Amino acid sequence: MIRLFANANYDFIKWRRVAFSITGAIMLVGAIDLVARGLNYSIEFTGGTLMQVESAKRVETGDIRHALDAAGLNGAEIQTFGADTAFLIRARIAHSAATDEASEAAVSNTVRGALDNSIGAGQYRVVRTEAVRPKVGRELQGKALTAILLSFIVTLIYLAVRFEWRFGLAAVIATAHDVVATIAFLSVMRLEVSLIVVGAVLTVVGYSLNDTIIIFDRVRENLRKYRRQNLYEILNLSINETLPRSVLTHGTTIATTLALLVLGGEVIRPFAWVMSFGIFTGTFSSIYIAAPVLLWIEKRWPGEDARGARTFGSRAPATPSVPAAPPSSPASAPRAPQPAR
Amino acid sequence: MDKRIRNRLWIILGLVGLSVVSLLPRNTKQRVIDPQTGRMKDTTVRRLPINLGLDLQGGIHLALEVDQSKGPVPDCADAIQRAERVVRTRIDEFGTTEPVVQIQGRCRLIVELAGEKDPARAKSVIQRTAFLEFRITDMKNQFKDALPQIDAALRRAGIKARGAAAPSAVSQLFGGDSSKAERDSTTDANTPGVLSSLLFQGQLPGEYLVPEEQWPLVDSLINRPDVRAAMPRGIDLRWGSQAESRGARAYRALYAVDSRPIITGEELVKATARRDPVTNQSIVPFQLSHRGARKFSDETARHINDYMAIILDSRVQGQPPVIRGQIGANGQIELGNKPLQEASDLALVLRAGALPAPLSIIEERTIGPSLGADSIHDGIRAGVVGVVLVIVIMIGYYRMAGALAVAALTLYCLFTLAGLAMFGFTLTLPGLAGFVLSIGIAVDANVLIFERIREELVHGKSLRLAVEDGFLHAMNAIVDSNVSTALTALILYAVGTGPVQGFAITLIIGIAASMISAIFVVKTLFLIWLNRRPDMVTLSI
Repeated sequence: MIRLFANANYDFIKWRRVAFSITGAIMLVGAIDLVARGLNYSIEFTGGTLMQVESAKRVETGDIRHALDAAGLNGAEIQTFGADTAFLIRARIAHSAATDEASEAAVSNTVRGALDNSIGAGQYRVVRTEAVRPKVGRELQGKALTAILLSFIVTLIYLAVRFEWRFGLAAVIATAHDVVATIAFLSVMRLEVSLIVVGAVLTVVGYSLNDTIIIFDRVRENLRKYRRQNLYEILNLSINETLPRSVLTHGTTIATTLALLVLGGEVIRPFAWVMSFGIFTGTFSSIYIAAPVLLWIEKRWPGEDARGARTFGSRAPATPSVPAAPPSSPASAPRAPQPAR
Repeated sequence: MDKRIRNRLWIILGLVGLSVVSLLPRNTKQRVIDPQTGRMKDTTVRRLPINLGLDLQGGIHLALEVDQSKGPVPDCADAIQRAERVVRTRIDEFGTTEPVVQIQGRCRLIVELAGEKDPARAKSVIQRTAFLEFRITDMKNQFKDALPQIDAALRRAGIKARGAAAPSAVSQLFGGDSSKAERDSTTDANTPGVLSSLLFQGQLPGEYLVPEEQWPLVDSLINRPDVRAAMPRGIDLRWGSQAESRGARAYRALYAVDSRPIITGEELVKATARRDPVTNQSIVPFQLSHRGARKFSDETARHINDYMAIILDSRVQGQPPVIRGQIGANGQIELGNKPLQEASDLALVLRAGALPAPLSIIEERTIGPSLGADSIHDGIRAGVVGVVLVIVIMIGYYRMAGALAVAALTLYCLFTLAGLAMFGFTLTLPGLAGFVLSIGIAVDANVLIFERIREELVHGKSLRLAVEDGFLHAMNAIVDSNVSTALTALILYAVGTGPVQGFAITLIIGIAASMISAIFVVKTLFLIWLNRRPDMVTLSI
């Protein structure tokens, strides 16, 4: 049997300050970028120009899309309209502050140029060119954000019941980190924020939360099992014990999203980017945000047995006399002399 | 075979059977272009009962414009903006998932619907103006008193019933002598008035009856500018909504009502549809806002013993009831023997509010998927590659156990699709994202279980005990992570709109299906496996 990272014994928590600095730096860059340039919303949110085109011969939507992409009109919607030779094209010029009429003319000219290349000049007829307003109101973003915030509250309550409020808070902070990091990623990468991308961001929320809880479940179990160890050691032990699972689960999901990224085509690519980044940041945050934040919360507001406080009190987490409880062989059996039950 | 295994197999078989039944192809109505006439028509096709959204499958594209035929609308850009909001609310309430409602140009509204089962009904819901008002009928008979002037005005204009819209109806209308007289002479002042001869006094003040076949003629007469000018100030005419039979003939009621409504549908906060248990009529009970209720009770107090017409889209609904006392916040609209579905459509449009102006459909076409056929093709290819990768990794790493997990994964896909079909949800790309995530969750559950079994084996437990404990110990993690993800999805569904809801629904169904397949099905497969190989010493995991 293949066992990856079976007896892992890495001191993950030691790197928490480095990890905080890195993620803080990324978010700072993202925040600056966001303020400076703003998100690149898709035509569904901004509206643009609608053109109805009828071609003399059959054309593939893919060919038109390639031509439009080449002409700089990324993210255009191209739909067959009634017949195979009629198309409805919704396009816009990204980041143009031009007035409706001016951008309408510009889009119309660009589309005509692209169609000259793909269908051939004189081979098609533009039936109508008109400005279109957004398909989705901006209230969608507001509602999506409200929904995420509300779901955080519900998660907090659930985890407070099933675990302890400290775990819930740490999990929610880690998940919130992922949402912010993903938005920063969207901004820096200039990805188009479309409805599909909103779906991807929600997926990241679910994935990250899931992953954090898997590790916290191990922490909960190990806290009962090993009474002697402090929280620092327990966290490290739990992360190491779940490492094979993390590697395999994240391996399979990242394989799927990479397939989407490479083969999924132009329209799905932003979605695949967000998913890939989300799996990365979700994994990162479960280990480097959720666990250290739990440690920090435990230090600020110690629980009954004050095990977190003890960790910091000793101030020697990096060089523990007993290295963070290796989940080694069954031979080195009773790591914890006082099993909980 | 163990009895426990047999029971588990029965349950799985039942679930699979249920899923297969709900996924059987069935007949659905679809709107396609008739190749001969080029018009749209409804055809019936057999297909899988899974609705795909506009982005994956396309749908119908409707272009609507403000209807100016019944009077000009001064600011159509403003009207269309307000109409957009109303239409969006109505379609959302109608239950169509993720429609497109978009303003095109200045005065046009695009509505795109995916996989609508009853396009005609959807169109009528979109187009209905739904302007509700309550007006007191002409209690002082001002209209009746003005009839001679109106007839005179018509005569002056040279209208003998002939000049009206339906000349063929004229002869039946007056019957015998008078019609001949009408036709022969153009200036005979002694003939009965054109309009008054067509009207019969109804039972209550302000009510007049017109024989059903003549109401188009009367309608064209009362809409003439000279007739309007001769109408008494403060009185309007409104038609009844449907023909009613008195004796052998069918009549249509015409009501003279105050031109000032005592209250309008703007004050309405709630409307539902139900069937009156006593009369078996379809009724729409409604409730007014606080402000509306106060206004309504003030007005009704002033009009006790008057008759009040309930007017919807310029048509009087039913016979105006008499006001017996003050009326507060609650009232109802009676629809007679119309089907309940019509009542619920009416309740829906009343709740969503009135359109600022009537809309007419100027174009209707089928539209291809908004993602483009090319993107969908690429996406399917990428999805297949992704699934193959998952299968390779699972079987490569976990061998036989991995193969069992993959087998359970196919059942998971079946369950999820069946869930979508059973609840009639529409699958869109954000929904597929939820599906992908739940596949990840299903795989993760199996990975958790298998890793636990491995740990138990490493701790020196016997094979069967390790399997038993592995499932048991992995349970906490799986349940907690899935329940919190499902709670998140529930909130997203409750608060979010359109694509957010689509994502949430597929995720919830996917999580349920993954709990069943990854835990119950895989455990059953494990039990069978262990049962068939009692001599097994090393687990292929």
